[in-house]
Amino acid sequence: MAEVTLTIDGQTVTAPEGEKLLWAAEKAGIYIPHLCAHPDREPPFGGCRLCYVEVDGWSKPVTSCTEPVAEGMVVSTRSERVDRLVRSGFELLMSVHDLDCKVCPAKRDCGLRLVSRKTKVKLRSGTLPKLDRGLPIDESHPDIGMNPNRCILCGLCVWVCDEQVGAGVLSFAQRGLDTRLTTFDSEPLGAHDCPTDCMRCVDICPTGALYRKAPPTP
Amino acid sequence: MSDPVTQRYEALRAAADEACEPLIDPDAILVRVGTATCGRSAGALELETAFRESLDKHDIAGRVLQVGCMGHCYAEPMATLTSPGLPPTVYHHLNPFLAESLVKSHLRDTTPIYDFVLGGLEEHDLVPALDYLPRYGMEHRRLLARCGIVDPWSIQHAIAMGSYEGLARALCRPADDIVHEVERAGLRGMGGAGFPMWRKWAMARKFEAPRYLICNADEGDPGAFMDRTFIESDPHALIEGMIIAAYVIGADQGFIYVRAEYPLAVRVLENAIAQARELGLLGPNVMGSGRGFELEIMQGAGAFVCGESSALMASIEGHRGMPRVRPPRSAEVGLFGRPTVLNNVKTLSSLPYLLREGAEAFSAVGTERSKGTAVFALAGKTANAGLVEVPMGTTLRDLIFTIGGGIPNGKTFKAVQIGGPSGGCLPDDQLDVAIDFDALDEAGAMMGSGGMVLLDEDNCMVETARFFLEFTQRESCGKCTFCRIGTKHMLDLLTDIVEGRGTPEHLDKLVTLSEDVEAGSLCNLGKTAPNPVLTTLKYFRDEYEAHINESRCPSCECNELFAYYIVPEKCARACDACVGSCPVEAIFTNRKRLKVIDQDLCVKCNACLTACPPDYDAVVKISPLADLPPQEPRPDAGKGGE
Ligand SMILES: Cc1cc2nc3c(=O)[nH]c(=O)nc-3n(C[C@H](O)[C@H](O)[C@H](O)COP(=O)(O)O)c2cc1C
Ligand code: FES
Repeated sequence: MAEVTLTIDGQTVTAPEGEKLLWAAEKAGIYIPHLCAHPDREPPFGGCRLCYVEVDGWSKPVTSCTEPVAEGMVVSTRSERVDRLVRSGFELLMSVHDLDCKVCPAKRDCGLRLVSRKTKVKLRSGTLPKLDRGLPIDESHPDIGMNPNRCILCGLCVWVCDEQVGAGVLSFAQRGLDTRLTTFDSEPLGAHDCPTDCMRCVDICPTGALYRKAPPTP
Repeated sequence: MSDPVTQRYEALRAAADEACEPLIDPDAILVRVGTATCGRSAGALELETAFRESLDKHDIAGRVLQVGCMGHCYAEPMATLTSPGLPPTVYHHLNPFLAESLVKSHLRDTTPIYDFVLGGLEEHDLVPALDYLPRYGMEHRRLLARCGIVDPWSIQHAIAMGSYEGLARALCRPADDIVHEVERAGLRGMGGAGFPMWRKWAMARKFEAPRYLICNADEGDPGAFMDRTFIESDPHALIEGMIIAAYVIGADQGFIYVRAEYPLAVRVLENAIAQARELGLLGPNVMGSGRGFELEIMQGAGAFVCGESSALMASIEGHRGMPRVRPPRSAEVGLFGRPTVLNNVKTLSSLPYLLREGAEAFSAVGTERSKGTAVFALAGKTANAGLVEVPMGTTLRDLIFTIGGGIPNGKTFKAVQIGGPSGGCLPDDQLDVAIDFDALDEAGAMMGSGGMVLLDEDNCMVETARFFLEFTQRESCGKCTFCRIGTKHMLDLLTDIVEGRGTPEHLDKLVTLSEDVEAGSLCNLGKTAPNPVLTTLKYFRDEYEAHINESRCPSCECNELFAYYIVPEKCARACDACVGSCPVEAIFTNRKRLKVIDQDLCVKCNACLTACPPDYDAVVKISPLADLPPQEPRPDAGKGGE
């Protein structure tokens, strides 16, 4: 495949034609915050809105997970506008995320903590009140637990379950702030026949919304 | 002319003219009852029955026909009476009793009942023509020309009135030629953004077939009803327009996406499509052209976001209605991954006129960059709720005051909300803005798809902004962070303000969040959601400040910030009207026989204010609550019920 050359944060980068800016940057060791993107996820979801970058000559920041590289493109991953959008977007996400890190199984793997560490935006927002959703936790499945109050609706699990595994167990329901991760027909997770030992949704979840249940104490 | 298309059209036209002779014959007796949804909700079906029964009773050989809406929804139920000796006469505000009187007086005795005449459809000494109404001098009816006159259930009638002539002409020309014609005409999309129609066509034609054509009849804006009314009144204009567009882009399958809440529009369309198929206007060989086109109706569940083009396509494909990121544009990768052109009902329905009359006639009215006419649905505090069609360039003032008849009940105009939840509120000093895609944008509103809601002095602008934010928040598809969560925080801030908990920081946060939601959201639902907030902040900031700094709602609409009060000097004492009207028994009589409102019980339903006779006018609204004069407690307070 043809390669294109572009500049990201002053660094010359080559990438295969059609690759999205986010992955070209990542391969070059340049961090762009992102929560909903996956290299195989086509078309890109574009839901978390944290991956904004500036492209020289363009009037507005664009999401790097959706924008393909182009020859001679000059990209900066930071600018006043980008920083403001990233801060605002992350604070919004955190204002609905149950911050129960002490008991959350995501621990060090947490995608939110990574974004916070890299962007220096605090996990607990100082400006926005916390919106409690109080959604029921589903522990009906033998291996997997689902706590939608930690979910940031990146949709990676829905995508992996539907398009990679082909099981179609997970989906979205409702609208507005009530939008939530749910299962097909809103049945308890345990009522579905997940493929044996498939933990793809748990593995891909950037938060502790889907987690391995602790083995039952005998 | 001898090509097969023209021959076929001429045969259809001749057959239709013959079949419709009784409808055109000036000496036949004909009653057309407006039975679009607006008419039906005012009792048009009962009126129709009454006309049939009266004609029978008086042994008059006449026909009663269902037609759509002429745009005067405020005057429904309406009927147009045709009979020898009088011009076709439009009557308004009818009821079944009047039907009987009209049959006797107008149809039998050739004597109009002037109190209920709106106007005649032709010049005549006995009945003033509709054209003399001031609004008709300003309106320019193209899309609405046949609405309320043609029988929406009859393709013959539509053809006899000119339908499918534009199609016949189009099919005789190369598609490229039509793209240029539409480009010269300057037709822009009427579903919101005003995107030039020809450009979508040109783009889609570059990508390989199969291609699809979609009509967006989702019409989700609160207060908008023009697409529904239009379909119910003249469905063949839309079908003809779609066949023309399909021919140009080379689509052999089209969809009309209508919300399921429009059952009548769906039925009218189903019937019209079946009739068009029967006459070979749809199907494998459209009008003998050798080209095929099939049309299918898809019913949406009424989600506002499904009006957004990519969400609409996802919904047709059977997925959750969520917008997707662009590029690629749907002209390249659209429905089922194929090149797709999607347009609003009015955009597509403009094509028959454009191709029948030509680009020059089409662009003869309009402004530099907005050609032709615009259709609006007037709603809210307007005397003439209904549809209007004006040349682009008409000022808002003319539309609202001359055509719309101004604000009813002697109230004063406060703002006009244009463009629905994505639009903005413009105050009086912006009313000389011309109706034009770019001029409205500049003023902070937008053309939108034609919803226009009028607000008067009793409407609080903060509450208006809150109302729209509540709508967009509830209708957000939930996919992206800014729209899903950002609009919720904005809504909470606005709720705080209308309930009296606002602080100056609320305003700062509201502005910051508005800017972020606008800049950060994925689709136009989120990007435009802050518009009602930003425009009210721009034009009515004083109202926000009154709520925050003085706990005062200047319009006395925000329940937490005002109270009803009975002015003792005005109260008639002996009158009990307010007491009887109160559903929660909050009004009591004190020792001086004056009426007093128990503020703890009052639910602010406005019943007492309406009930108090105009001679006394003793009930008033007071804001802030601190201005409420001290009131004596209820004499039996504390004793409890009996
Ligand atoms: C949230 C949202 C709702 C929309 N609703 C409608 C609608 O009900 N009807 C409509 O024609 N366009 C609607 N649009 C605009 C469409 O996305 C699209 O631009 C339009 O239908 C294109 O048609 P046009 O080129 O004829 O204007 C909506 C857009 C958004 C973002
Ligand atoms: S990573 Fe780009 S929007 Fe989520």
